[in-house]
Amino acid sequence: MLTFILKRTLLMIPQLLLLSILIFFLAKQMPGDAVSGAFMGKPNVSAEQMEKIREQHGLNDPWIVQYGRWIRDALHGDFGQSFVHKQPVTQLLAGRIENTIWLSVSTLVVTYSIAIPLGMIAGRWTRSWADQFIVTYNYISFATPVFVFALLMLYVFGFVLNWFPSGGSVDIRIAEETPEYVLDKLKHLVLPVLSGSLLLTYSTVQYLRNEMIDTKMKDFVKTARAKGVPENAVYRNHILRHSILPIAAFLGYEITGLIAGSVFIETIFSYPGLGRLFIDSIMTRDFTVVTALVLISGAAVIVGTMLSDIILRIADPRIRFG
Amino acid sequence: MLTIHNLRTSFRINGRFHRAVDGISLTIHRNEVLAIVGESGCGKSALALSIMGLHPPDQTAVEGSIGFLGRDLLQLSTSELNQIRGKQLAMIFQDPMTALHPLWKVGRQIEEPMKYHTTLSTKQRKQRTLELLKRVGIQKYEHVYQQYPHELSGGMRQRILIAMALACDPVLLVADEPTTALDVTVQAQILELMKELQQQSQTGILLITHDLGVVAEMADRVAVMYAGEIVELAPVNELFHQPRHPYTQSLFHSLPSSIEKRQKLHVIEGVVPAIENLERTGCRFAARIPWITEENHDAEPVLQEIAPGHFVRCSCYRHFYLSDGKEEKDASAAAT
Repeated sequence: MLTFILKRTLLMIPQLLLLSILIFFLAKQMPGDAVSGAFMGKPNVSAEQMEKIREQHGLNDPWIVQYGRWIRDALHGDFGQSFVHKQPVTQLLAGRIENTIWLSVSTLVVTYSIAIPLGMIAGRWTRSWADQFIVTYNYISFATPVFVFALLMLYVFGFVLNWFPSGGSVDIRIAEETPEYVLDKLKHLVLPVLSGSLLLTYSTVQYLRNEMIDTKMKDFVKTARAKGVPENAVYRNHILRHSILPIAAFLGYEITGLIAGSVFIETIFSYPGLGRLFIDSIMTRDFTVVTALVLISGAAVIVGTMLSDIILRIADPRIRFG
Repeated sequence: MLTIHNLRTSFRINGRFHRAVDGISLTIHRNEVLAIVGESGCGKSALALSIMGLHPPDQTAVEGSIGFLGRDLLQLSTSELNQIRGKQLAMIFQDPMTALHPLWKVGRQIEEPMKYHTTLSTKQRKQRTLELLKRVGIQKYEHVYQQYPHELSGGMRQRILIAMALACDPVLLVADEPTTALDVTVQAQILELMKELQQQSQTGILLITHDLGVVAEMADRVAVMYAGEIVELAPVNELFHQPRHPYTQSLFHSLPSSIEKRQKLHVIEGVVPAIENLERTGCRFAARIPWITEENHDAEPVLQEIAPGHFVRCSCYRHFYLSDGKEEKDASAAAT
């Protein structure tokens, strides 16, 4: 097991290297650059002055030199300066990453706590009214665009009922590292997390339901019943254990998806996370921030895949990777 | 010990129920091996699963009565049945490749029935499991205890299934084609093992099979099933020496023999009718022996005792002769 994890981790190095080259290139291919972005709508800066700034910051060097410089600094945790925010990218990201992790981890936890019981009920009592209700909810959540649903949630619970704050990640008037601070952070999370997870459940519910319907018919379930195992234990120990495999396998990818994919939620709830920063940075051509962000989400994909592999290997003894 | 009376098991096909087991009555005594033989589709496995209560309730109707240790299994709720299943009544399945949980270690699977049916501690359960593994002839039992099913061969897995069935010392073992999925050499080993264990533990066995060789090896009495009914029931020696019912005779005739060399094997014409299209009046085997005329069959065939303990359904056996194609052609030529 340990050798497997080690091997799998070593495999990540060339993947990350390739990823970084690709990202650097793609970012360079974007129309405009940091300088033209920073001075957008300021006609009093002449083309010569802009060219001078480019020269100063090494933006005219060949790509390999620029890439080398960038990757060397990145390895030291330095992603350069944000041209727009006028502060180091690392510093800019630090707070945002924390917020996004809060958001995505709680979304994931809530999603699974809703989806797994629902999938189990639907899979066990197939065609019952409860199953039909769950399947209907599933189709609706699958078909609802997150930006519509999130706006609705914001309107109803944040504006009309005013139960939860409608934006931000924490009230700045509360001192850090007090219980109130954590409580307020959670309060700010309620709406974004619910908007995300109520719609994210469908794949888990659907997978679990189908998998359980499949597993119910297997011979080993018959064996369990022939042993006199009580019906609840047949489902809990035998069927669920087998049906949870694809969900365990997807856990890694889900994490990735949440880190990269909370753009809508973060934007609508003006939640200061990575997703919103990403959109803003693209808009302002904040080249250094964009590359750092894409690198982070790309790395998250690679790490997520590795997590999935490891989880699946723990969950299914039949799997042996090289 | 087990008394089945007028058991009828029906499956729902396209909204209608059709009987796959059609009025079976049987008794199995303590320490007896009763074999049930018949072609695929004659209702053998449906019978076994009815005894164990393993048919999905929404797709199946089981009627009649199955008396076991003074209780009618068909009247019990699932939780009451669970007190008996795996304890006094255990089952060995046909396909050892799929009958074990693929994600559980072997040891845990054998221990599971003890968890529900005995008061043994975790340590005692492990102890007993290791003994069981030893008893079913697994030498490296400590190692196998820790293994997953996919790491074991088919024969080993069947041994595991047997160990699992024996976990709580059942008085009746239902074995549904326990050797069908195995190699011939392994088959012999498993049969030997089952016989040995049966003699040691005085367990009754209901052995479902389509292999007459297995029957000869194992059984005390034999019931021959055709299209959901028992057509002949007799002690094993009697059945092998004096098969009466045309179906039984045809079955024996279909066996390759090393003594009497025939050119071609006898083949019973046609197939077992599907339960949706089964004609439920008259002799059900009549359609497959068309050269026996209708007046030779009973209108309502019942099992009649023709010798002590030897029952045959329908009187057509009195007039039956085997047709080997040529005779049949002659017969049809004469008729026209």
